[in-house]
This record gives sequence, structure tokens and C-alpha cells, in this order.
Amino acid sequence: MPIDIFAIPAAPVPGSGGGAGLTKLLRATGLAVRSLWLHKLRAALSVLGIVIGTSAVIALMAFGRGSMQDALNDIKRQGATNIIVRSVKPSDDSATSSRSFVANYGLTKRDLGRFGTFGDSLIRMVPMRVFPAEVRYLERMDSKARLVATTPEYQEVNQLRLADGRFLSDDDETQMQNHCVLGAGVADKLFPFEDAMGHSVVIKGYDYRVIGVCADRMPTGGTGGSQAAEDYNHDVYLPLSTTRGRIGETVTFRQSGSRAAEKVAVSQVVLTVDADFDTSDGRAKVKAMGDSIKDVLKQEHYKDDWAVTVPLDRLEEAERAQQRFTSLLALIASISLLVGGIGIMNIMLATVTERTREIGIRRALGAKRKDIIGQFLVEAVVQTTVGGLAGVVIGVALVFGAPVLARLLFDAPLPAQLSYWSIALSVGVSVLVGVLFGLYPAWRAALLDPIEALRHT
Amino acid sequence: MPALVQVRGLLKDYHMGDVTVNVLKGLDLDFEQGDFVALMGPSGSGKSTLMNILGCLDRPSGGQYLLRDADVSQMSDDQLSEVRSSYLGFIFQAYNLLPQYTVVENIEIPLLYQGVRLDAQTKARCVALAEMVGLGDRLDHRPLQLSGGQQQRVAIARSLVNDPRLILADEPTGNLDSRTSDEIMSMLRELNKAGKTIIMVTHENDIAAHARRVVRLRDGMVETDVRNDVAA
Repeated sequence: MPIDIFAIPAAPVPGSGGGAGLTKLLRATGLAVRSLWLHKLRAALSVLGIVIGTSAVIALMAFGRGSMQDALNDIKRQGATNIIVRSVKPSDDSATSSRSFVANYGLTKRDLGRFGTFGDSLIRMVPMRVFPAEVRYLERMDSKARLVATTPEYQEVNQLRLADGRFLSDDDETQMQNHCVLGAGVADKLFPFEDAMGHSVVIKGYDYRVIGVCADRMPTGGTGGSQAAEDYNHDVYLPLSTTRGRIGETVTFRQSGSRAAEKVAVSQVVLTVDADFDTSDGRAKVKAMGDSIKDVLKQEHYKDDWAVTVPLDRLEEAERAQQRFTSLLALIASISLLVGGIGIMNIMLATVTERTREIGIRRALGAKRKDIIGQFLVEAVVQTTVGGLAGVVIGVALVFGAPVLARLLFDAPLPAQLSYWSIALSVGVSVLVGVLFGLYPAWRAALLDPIEALRHT
Repeated sequence: MPALVQVRGLLKDYHMGDVTVNVLKGLDLDFEQGDFVALMGPSGSGKSTLMNILGCLDRPSGGQYLLRDADVSQMSDDQLSEVRSSYLGFIFQAYNLLPQYTVVENIEIPLLYQGVRLDAQTKARCVALAEMVGLGDRLDHRPLQLSGGQQQRVAIARSLVNDPRLILADEPTGNLDSRTSDEIMSMLRELNKAGKTIIMVTHENDIAAHARRVVRLRDGMVETDVRNDVAA
């Protein structure tokens, strides 16, 4: 066979420009993908840990954030800088009220006066009396209605929106007007076919003119223990002064067949503190106010007939829960990524052993130790990165798919809020896991003696 | 002009536990540019050890190995890799192609580690080399789709891709039948005629007969050193 070696294009001069780092990296990545492609199933199984880890982190993070946001919104609806003081019927009432027919307990006007001395940081104080009552219009009746006697500021504190008319005004209060504002549910029931505005409804024998109708209002959740879920749509709002005059301090109502009477001056007071709940200073201010209110009530009341609710406590509780959840999640994620990383290391060590001969060949043909390290490191990183990206796809699919599924199957809402930094984080950690756990096998490969490696079968 | 390879008092010891084995005992050899040398000798004579040192895969325990003028015996691992990459070509008994690469890609491997830009030009060189060894119609085949003789021809093409000063062939026909062996040997002779320096290990006399010079080792020393081409 004739050989004309001079007909061959010249060999490149060694070291004559290795190309930019990027093209080199791309080439190494391409070669790694081809090596991995020889054992597709093995590569896929070995990154399963990474896939599951990253998808779990992304999905759980989204669900955690979603439910946290839900709780936060609920708390903010109640007013995060509010303090709610309520009258509570003492459980051992018979022992303290000398078997009187009328149960006498709760906050008094004196208490309100004391709260008034707390100064400028209390920007609002909205007292309420709440009791069940029947509301009638002609022959129609709403027996589930709840009478709320309060001041005009109630609207602002509770962010009450009106569908029609206006809320109670200062004039209504000072002039003891027979005016009322109906909740959406009450208005629906009493005036199904007509406009409620201007008509008079009958409550406990007196007529009250409807001056406003509320828009439908979301109930607050019963979370936090001390406060039950409340449905506001059956509320009827009256001026506090009018109620005191018309109905008096004692309220009689039917309760499961028997009659009961209660004497409660004020059922509830909502105090608004002038503070910014996003700053720690503001939070401390709200809490300090809550504490001083508790101190005052402890001194004034010998019965345990009051309760102070600080929604901010629930906010912080929810935030603490979120923090616990996040750190738990970080723990689970690091365990699953550790397991995934060990899986990668295991498979890479097996690969190095299996390809000892290839390493010997490459070394003989001029590969330096760092070239071998680079080759196996890139293979490990390609595996974990692809695994991490697959995990992101699955995780995002879960975030969007699971709430739909939950609604269809269980009719339950599953709030989810995808956080983009969790995606970036999990992909970054996947790459890092590839580097960390690929380093040792790659180093082992590079330290192989070329002669021994070439002899390997 | 000095010889391409100068080996002076080359020593190689292996330590196995407490026992020290002297495999090479002060070897002196020169290999001229353009020569075609067959290294022969019984097993244990030190010819494989010598080949490993000549191929910069191993370092001697003592003595000097000058490749052109560079003292290779004192080089670091990275420097030895550079010498292999730039100045040496290898042909193995077991071909040692990478199964996941095509013919052209196998030929290209030494260039991967030379720090050169792989472009259309280097690709053209690899293809031309494949055509030169008669595999122009199998450029995209994988090694396992080729016969032993074809695989060895790919390996020869690969050993040439970096235009080496010295080609080291370790029993290049050891796994081949006699007809294919003849093909490979005539190819090596052609390369030698074209100016390539070749050192080949073999223990078959008729294969060694293709070389210009036959060096026989025994117990780490040169036993005989005969020139074929002078007699012919």
C-alpha cells in the first residue's frame, strides 16, 4: 500500500490557541453527554435522588409560601395593628353572681375610660355590643341576625365596604338616631325583591330606618384558638348610644328554649395602635400596648371575664411556623441532596473503575491529570445539572398541577406560590452537588498510573 | 547531529516488599532519526519497561533519557504528558480505541490534549489520515464495527495525527493473523520510508525482520544489536 504522508494536511502546532474557555467547556460537555448516553438508564437512575430532591424543594416551598400568604392575608383583614378586647362569660359564673337571673360580666365603660388614658399611640377605639336578636320587616324575619351596636369608626377598622347608602355617622351616635345598617345576608333575607334603603325594620319592638347595606364580606378564619370564626353577613349595625337608650344594659334573649339575660356594657373593643407592623419597633409598640391593657384589666376585674387578642401575635406565630417549616424543608432538602450526591459519587466511582483502560489510553495520548479530572467532573456536573433541571420541571408542574387536582378531587383549596429564587437555588445546589461529589472520583481517576490503567481489561 | 533518542546508564528498580528487582541495569542505547528498530527479548528481559520509559509513561530510577536534547528522565507528570502529546505516537497490541467514538473522532483524540483549536482544518487532517490507512469509507464507524486489522489501522492513523518525532509500537501485530500482520507491517515500513522513526516491541522473528535494526535484551542488558539494512 503506497503511503504519501506529505499529502496529509499539516498537524496543528501544539498550544496554538486552545480556543476560548467557553468553546472548550461546550466540547467537554458534548463529550460527557456522549459518554453518559452509553448508559442512559444508569445515568437517569443515579440522578433520581437529585430530581426528587429539587422537585420536592420547589413544590413544598411553593405550598408553604402559599398557605403562609393565606394566613397573613387573614390576619391583615383583622388589622395587624389592632388589639381586640372582648368580654367573656366566666365559666364559673354561678359562684360569683349569687345565682342571679341576670349574668353580669364583661368590660365596662370605666375600662374604656382607662384605655382612653393610654395617649396618642391609640389612634382609634371602637367599642361594640354584640347580641343575637330577631330582625323583622313586615312578615319577613331573620332570626339568625346579630346586633352590633358600635361607633362610626367600626367601618374603618374592619374595612367594611358598603353596597348602598352610608355607614353610621357621628350624628347618628350623638343624636341617638334610630338608624341601622344591614349586613348583606340580612338585607337579602328581609328584602329579597326590593331595595332595603329607607325602609324600617323592627328590632326588639323599635323601628329602625335602613341607611345602608353592606357588601358581601368574607368571614375571618377561626385560626389562633382564642377567636372563633365569624360570619359578618348577618350583622345589623346600630349606633351605640341608641342601643343603650332603647335596649338598656340588660339584654334578654332566648337560648335553646330557655330564657337568659345578660348585662354586658361592652362586648368588644377594637383598639388601633399607631404603628407600622412591618418594623420591629412598630411590633414592639403594639405588643407593649397589649400588655398594658392586660395589666389594667387584671387590676380592675376580679373575674376572669375578658380576653385580649393581638392579631400581631398570630402574625408572628405564623411567621415562626413558616420559619420552622423552611428550616425543616432545608433539612429535608439537604438530606435528599446528600443522598443524591452519594448516588452520583457511587456511580462515578463505578464509572472510573469501569473505564480505567480509557483513562490509561487518554493519558498515553497526552492527557494531563487535570484533563482527566475535568472530564469526570464535567460528567458528574452534567448529570446533576440535568437532574436538577428535570426536578425544576417536575416541581413547577406540581405547583401548578396539584392545586387543580386538589380542587377536582377533594374540593379543597391548596394555595401555592412559586418562588423563583427556590428554582435558582435548587439548580445551583444541583451543580454544586455534582462538583462536590464528582471531585473525589475524578481525583481517583487522575491518580491512576497510566501503565497500570492500560493493562486493565 | 545527535541521535533522536539517547539512553545513558538507564536503571529501573521495582520494589516488591523487601525485595528489589533490577529490571534495567545500566542500559546504553542510541536510536537515530528515521530508524526502524525492533526490540526483542524473552519476558522479563526489560523490553516492556524500556518501552514504558521511552514512551514517557514511566520514569527511570537512574540514568539519562534524552529525547532530542531534552532530559526526559527528570520531568514532572504534566511535562511528560506534554512530551507524549507533542512528540510521541503510540500503537498498542490491543489497538486501544475508544468504543464510544467514531473512526475520525478516535484519530482526533491526541489533538484534544494539545491545546489546539479543533476546526475544519484539523478535521480534514483526521479524515485524510483515515483515508491514507484505507478507511475512507468507514469514517463514521465505531471500533466494534471494524475488524482487528482495521482497528489497528485506525490506531496507526491516530499515532500520526500529532506528527510525532517517534512512534512506539508495542507488539502491533500480536492480536492479528499473519496476512493482516503483513499489511500492518508494510504500512509501518512505508511510514518509516516516509521518514518516521519507529521503535517496535515484538517477539516474532519474521515481524522483526521488517525492521532496519534489531535489538535483543536479556536481563536488563543489551544482548545483541544487529542492523538488517546493512546486510541487505
